[in-house]
Amino acid sequence: MTTDPSGGAVFFGDPDSLRDPDYLVGPDPLDHLEGLGFPGPPPPGSVPGRRGGTAPRDTWGSDRGLDFTERELAFRAEARQWLADHSPGRLPSMDTPRGARAHREWERELAAARWSVVAWPEAFGGRDASLVEWVLFEEEYYRAGAPTRIAQNGISLLAPIVFAHGTPEQQQRILPRMADGTDVWAQAWSEPEAGSDLAGIRSRATRAEGGWILNGQKIWSSRAPFADFGFGLFRSDPDAERHRGLTYFLFPLDAPGVTVRPIAQLDGDPGFAEIFFDDVFVPDADVLGGVGDGWRVAMSTAGNERGLSLRSPGRFLAAADRLVDLWRGRGTDQPAATERVVDAWIGAQAYRYYTWDTVDRLRAGGDVGAHGSVNKLFWSQLDVDLHETALDLLGPEQELVGPWIDDYLFALGGPIYAGTNEIQRTIVAERLLQLPRGDERRPRTDREARA
Amino acid sequence: MRFALTDEQRAFADALDALLAAADVPAATRRWADGDPADGLHLWGRLADLGVTALGVPEEHGGLGGTPLDVAVALERLGYHGVPGPWIESVALAPALLADAAPEVLPELAKGTARVTCAALPWAPHALDADTATHVYLLTGGALSRARVDRPLRSVDPARALAPLTPEETIGTVDDRVVDQVALGTAAWLVGAGQRLLDDTVAYVTARRQFGRLIGEYQAVKHALADVRVGLDFARPLVGGAARSLGSAVTPEDASREVSAAKVLASDAAHRAARTALQLHGAIGYTREFDLSLWLLRVRALLGAWGTPAFHRARIAASLRGA
Ligand SMILES: Cc1cc2nc3c(=O)[nH]c(=O)nc-3n(C[C@H](O)[C@H](O)[C@H](O)COP(=O)(O)OP(=O)(O)OC[C@H]3O[C@@H](n4cnc5c(N)ncnc54)[C@H](O)[C@@H]3O)c2cc1C
Repeated sequence: MTTDPSGGAVFFGDPDSLRDPDYLVGPDPLDHLEGLGFPGPPPPGSVPGRRGGTAPRDTWGSDRGLDFTERELAFRAEARQWLADHSPGRLPSMDTPRGARAHREWERELAAARWSVVAWPEAFGGRDASLVEWVLFEEEYYRAGAPTRIAQNGISLLAPIVFAHGTPEQQQRILPRMADGTDVWAQAWSEPEAGSDLAGIRSRATRAEGGWILNGQKIWSSRAPFADFGFGLFRSDPDAERHRGLTYFLFPLDAPGVTVRPIAQLDGDPGFAEIFFDDVFVPDADVLGGVGDGWRVAMSTAGNERGLSLRSPGRFLAAADRLVDLWRGRGTDQPAATERVVDAWIGAQAYRYYTWDTVDRLRAGGDVGAHGSVNKLFWSQLDVDLHETALDLLGPEQELVGPWIDDYLFALGGPIYAGTNEIQRTIVAERLLQLPRGDERRPRTDREARA
Repeated sequence: MRFALTDEQRAFADALDALLAAADVPAATRRWADGDPADGLHLWGRLADLGVTALGVPEEHGGLGGTPLDVAVALERLGYHGVPGPWIESVALAPALLADAAPEVLPELAKGTARVTCAALPWAPHALDADTATHVYLLTGGALSRARVDRPLRSVDPARALAPLTPEETIGTVDDRVVDQVALGTAAWLVGAGQRLLDDTVAYVTARRQFGRLIGEYQAVKHALADVRVGLDFARPLVGGAARSLGSAVTPEDASREVSAAKVLASDAAHRAARTALQLHGAIGYTREFDLSLWLLRVRALLGAWGTPAFHRARIAASLRGA
């Protein structure tokens, strides 16, 4: 991979020196977690089996009326025990060299115990877990305070497509190495001129002997600075209609002609990157799905991203628990903050039940479809509200860099990525409420409007 | 694992929809508000024939022995159609309220010949429709009394006659937690009412034109309605989850906390639906003669009934603080 650290305006210096705790002068920021209301490292020997922090109080309640089967409960118990014994707690940011290494290490540990991709078939390192078991695993994962997954984009956005549209050869080549964190994948869809209007992509693929030549530019590709491969759409037929003539390609980020230029996100870490393609050769074996069929193939994952796969409820339940803990420690006498803490907690509960409702619908043969947009609108707003509430509770300390700030800055991206919330509202209105599309895209003048 | 409604619950909801869509509920509600309950009482009888009033009553008292979820499903539909009368009190509260203190009322309740209303401090200081109810109770500090109706008060919703009560003889002691049942019923009703406001508004904006196009084509209008949809879609499973908790072996404290969460979120969602509906209807929505007012005003009234959002948030806070 060729990285270009001198990226001028968009990249503020060497990614390594900016945020990697190895390079920081002074104590490791993770040492301050306790003071900021995050569970810190446990006193030696206090929590048997736990390597990382102590989990906050768990307000998720019992199973309530959810009626899990014996098998589901046994699966959950096994996951809970393993995670309690092995979760490393928070790791350094995965968007730093040290953090990326630590996260890959964690992926390998998960995979060795077959917890990295529980819903995959056993042949590919999974446990053939049902949808219910998968959600239970996710709940346990966050309950244990385990780190966010560096393999996430690959597992939730690419893998479903490889299972559905990949050749057996592609499946063998891609999936096991994704499952154990050997290969980290980055999604390369957006372009400078194609954000919300994704079908406007211009990066092109031209036919060559035995494959294709890629040219153009992608941007905002999460994980790309430390990832190994990318997947994305290219225009393979310049004469076809916007949504046609697109093809889905896989490519190594260190291929000749690929330049990855990291971009620092709000938190200063190079969380995403620009990717430049300069006559990059991709063999036919790295076309995913049919030539010209890229849009349809890609859209079959967009629903996943907004719907279940990206934001399982455990994430918000755990964050709400941390918030409640913070509030108990320092804010119960602030009535305005109390209301917001309660609302964040309610939101996490609602998200949990909404998810179980969705799971039931999917099991009955339904699909996520435009409901994924409803889901995305809810969790992205909840995430921002919850973290803003936490910061307000911290008072003047709120500006101190630490886990709350990190999580807050992360949450701020939610309403933008995976399709902005404005786009999602339009989808909900047009597809679920059946409101007329009209031709609002046509510019109108004031005069015309009054006429 | 099972979370979705059963086929039976769906079929019951469909049957209620069919009956109520064919009855002219808005006309019955308007007459009820004018002091002429005949149509509303007729509707009470027809819904009783379908089994609504028997839902929460145990089988040994002639009821159907349904779960709190069955009750919530029914009340959501009644909220959708805006039926007048002390339904939430009779269907969600009365069976638990009277189980020990006045079990002799239960068979009448199941048959639909008894209409029960109740006030309970601090949840609901005034009794709803005490003038047309057959049984009027007051719950204070765990003591349940028969009650006399004082001078009536006017509600923002003309179809809700409210009255302060004076206790007469005490007939038993009741665990205050029975009130969770009626708070949850109110939440279910609010989800139904909110959904109705959304549906009617979607219909309106797809018919009304301004500037030469349907107002539903404008993105500001679409986005406002999308937010209403999100709110309702998330309130409904929370109501369902709380109903399951009430009906299962969960600790009462957990169940109460979930009921409060459901009431808060359902109130927020219905309130947003009401405000958006009014705004998008423009001036016609601001009139009494247009039926939208029936739901707008009912939602406003129910936001405060059986625990205001502030009350329920405080209850959750207390529970989280002590957890
Ligand atoms: C943290 C983060 C991670 C990301 N990761 C990836 C990744 O891994 N891979 C990848 O390919 N991309 C990624 N993205 C990019 C993301 O998908 C785009 O930012 C997003 O699709 C919006 O495109 P844009 O930024 O070009 O904004 P624009 O499309 O220019 O939109 C700007 C504003 O205009 C509004 N707008 C645009 N069109 C309309 C419309 N028709 N109606 C109403 N409002 C409209 C938008 O809602 C937004 O508010 C990431 C973004 C972020 C913030």
